[in-house]
Amino acid sequence: MPIVSRGFKGSRRDEGPPDRVPPGQYLTNDFPVLSAGPTPQTRLADWDFTITGEIDELKRWSWDEFRALPSETFTVDIHCVTKWSKLDTDWEGVALDALFDGVDTEAEYMTAYCDGGYTTNLPLADVLDGKAWIAFGYDDEPLDPEHGGPARLLVPHLYFWKSAKWVRGLRLTSTDEPGFWESNGYHLYGDPWREQRYWGD
Amino acid sequence: MTLLLDVDGWSGHRAGQHVDVRLTAEDGYQAQRSYSIASAPDAGMLELTVERIDDGEVSPYLTGDVRAGDQFELRGPVGGYFVWDPDVRGDVLLVGGGSGVVPLMAMARQRAADGDDVPTRLLYSARSWDVVIYRDELQRLTGNGFEPSFTLTRERPDGWTGYTGRVDDALLEQVVPGEPAATFVCGPTPFVEAVAAALVRRGHAPERIKTERFGPTGG
Repeated sequence: MPIVSRGFKGSRRDEGPPDRVPPGQYLTNDFPVLSAGPTPQTRLADWDFTITGEIDELKRWSWDEFRALPSETFTVDIHCVTKWSKLDTDWEGVALDALFDGVDTEAEYMTAYCDGGYTTNLPLADVLDGKAWIAFGYDDEPLDPEHGGPARLLVPHLYFWKSAKWVRGLRLTSTDEPGFWESNGYHLYGDPWREQRYWGD
Repeated sequence: MTLLLDVDGWSGHRAGQHVDVRLTAEDGYQAQRSYSIASAPDAGMLELTVERIDDGEVSPYLTGDVRAGDQFELRGPVGGYFVWDPDVRGDVLLVGGGSGVVPLMAMARQRAADGDDVPTRLLYSARSWDVVIYRDELQRLTGNGFEPSFTLTRERPDGWTGYTGRVDDALLEQVVPGEPAATFVCGPTPFVEAVAAALVRRGHAPERIKTERFGPTGG
């Protein structure tokens, strides 16, 4: 039985459709920025994207090769572990299915790695079948560096720290290896609908 | 506004960590937000300094409605990255914008409580002297390697001899002589973006710069 906070009524309780706002979240119209370090500055000429690890042959795309892959626009809700959710965000990106086309792997997990050293871990099943993208556009504009540009991972059904900014590649692994926040107190999987925020949730 | 909390079974924390505060209305509706811990780990009471966001949901309650003796739920401590390392060797730089100084204050307090003399510079940017939090305590903590400095961006008192204007390349040049071993930057997003980018431009290694960003997103 939770402790009732005397006199607390709640001024934002009716703001969102309950089937779209996970427990403990509130809606925002801003796009807040959360990063553990400075925003990296990577020139597109130096940018590439690789898939490494448990894979027969390393896959690599330059920026131009990556942008020549089939891309799509999509509208999704996003949920940050710091409690904000934002509905109907518009993105453009390459589905991970397109990057994994022709990839043969026994791996069941992956670690996304990024400029600046950030990493995050995900089960492969959570990024295939139209569930994740490498996004390079937001709201009909190139993705801002502070929001992860030139490109970020986007996995909208998990807390947003899984949607790694400044992503540069994926390392395929046979075990689930904790990434940056997952090693610093945050949940290994991060399902907002089950409120998997921290260790022990 | 600073709240002093007596927490049953508090497991202790590291300076820089935060807690989640969860409020529950009589009908069961709940709202939760994160707040940085201001107190040093061994301070006895847990101290939260909360900035009121007028159109927020939780901060107006915590800064206006709560009275001594009230209870609410806390979860934490949370976060294992933006934290003070008591074994740090070499200079430390703390840069805070507005209420972003709160987790940095926990670090300054821990450092003082430990009798640590690691050279530590705090650069605190505020709109005016009136809104500088912990003014007197920061003056008291000065010495033994701890050096706070202030820059006021909008108004300054008569005879002000501290810094003025935003934290930019020129100001950092005056305040920070070399590259610190560890840097912590906390404040609103534009502040943190500007300061972190300026430090990187000066040649500081990005991996030694830890940032914590927040904005008035409803808190």
